[in-house]
Amino acid sequence: MATVAAVIATTHHPFYYRASTSAGADRPTFADEWVAKIEAFRQTLTRARPDVLVMVGSDHFHQLWLDNMPQFLVGKAPFYDANFHNEEREFGLPKMLLRGHEDLSGYLLRQGLDAGFDLAFSNELRIDHSITCPIITLRPQADLPIVPVYTNIFAPPLPQPKRFVALGRTIRELVESWPGQERVAIIGTGHLSLELGGPRQFGPHGPDPEFDRKAVEWIASGDLESALAQVSLESLWEPGNATHGFMDFMLMMGVAGENAKADYVDSLDLFHTMEAYFTWYPNGVDSA
Amino acid sequence: MSKYLVNKFLFTIDRDPDLTERYRSDPRGTVTWWEAERASLILNCYDRERSTWLSFTDEEREALARHDYVALFRLGAHNFLTLTLFIALFERDYAEPLGFQREYATRLAGFSLPYPDIST
Repeated sequence: MATVAAVIATTHHPFYYRASTSAGADRPTFADEWVAKIEAFRQTLTRARPDVLVMVGSDHFHQLWLDNMPQFLVGKAPFYDANFHNEEREFGLPKMLLRGHEDLSGYLLRQGLDAGFDLAFSNELRIDHSITCPIITLRPQADLPIVPVYTNIFAPPLPQPKRFVALGRTIRELVESWPGQERVAIIGTGHLSLELGGPRQFGPHGPDPEFDRKAVEWIASGDLESALAQVSLESLWEPGNATHGFMDFMLMMGVAGENAKADYVDSLDLFHTMEAYFTWYPNGVDSA
Repeated sequence: MSKYLVNKFLFTIDRDPDLTERYRSDPRGTVTWWEAERASLILNCYDRERSTWLSFTDEEREALARHDYVALFRLGAHNFLTLTLFIALFERDYAEPLGFQREYATRLAGFSLPYPDIST
């Protein structure tokens, strides 16, 4: 059976690529600290020696559109082109090409359907920065095959938070029952409090530092009970109008497991939103 | 109310660099042309299989024709679509990094929770 080599949950900040590659007067003052934190975080994946990456993210109205909107979708293709014109325009993100792992995609789809998730699928999926940002931060050589899993955190009506958690639990069980020999890292990206296109956007820090503090504590300690008790589709509007992306963190808490303490926790209070980085090793890890 | 169609306008103008520039330089003309020629295209269908019932309300058409992102917010256009397209249109006119984004926030300062409903 396959091994879950690491479970990783992270914010996906599209400005990291430009901040980390800029020089001279263009380099923001916070870039060096950010790069140092990302390089330390990257080590947590490198140490896990993964062979395959299951990547959980959310399309930002790039390929998926309101005339045909899936709630949960698994990519099943030999390759995935990545990043879109408006991500190149706004964030300077490069075009990328990632290999797919069709066997694991097919297994997640078949077994996921049989486990009660009516998963949509795509055989031609161009993925966006919700998945390429963690490739850039955690595996910049982009050399491992991926299985993309998209969630709808964007276009109401959305699935309930408990459904994200349940899908995370199911993904964990399915990877562990997959009859491959590979070491699989499950990586998902979401948001803490975030406002986009509203009056609280682009402030000196995230729109709701108190929510961020609680959220980091829930994730770091695997406190699904508190998260599920305090988070609803309605309540997530309060910390910021893009905070439904926190449900992807809740999905990853489902992957990591109830009360699973993260083995690595870090955060960075940036302008406009807080960055947060978590790694779990369900089966231990070689010492550094 | 046709929030879906407003979102479709923002989405299809944003993804095409030529249309983004056309909307920047001629907003009213672009909105008129788009509603007549593009609004009814189903994005994943052959172009003769068009919808037959889509149109803007007068208020929506005017908000788009005036580049009025405050009105679009009030009408429930999707916040991410509006922000992304308007950054492409106007960020270049501001010397300070994030200058446009901060002015955008200031102009929306009159809104408090709950924000206008974006569901479609």
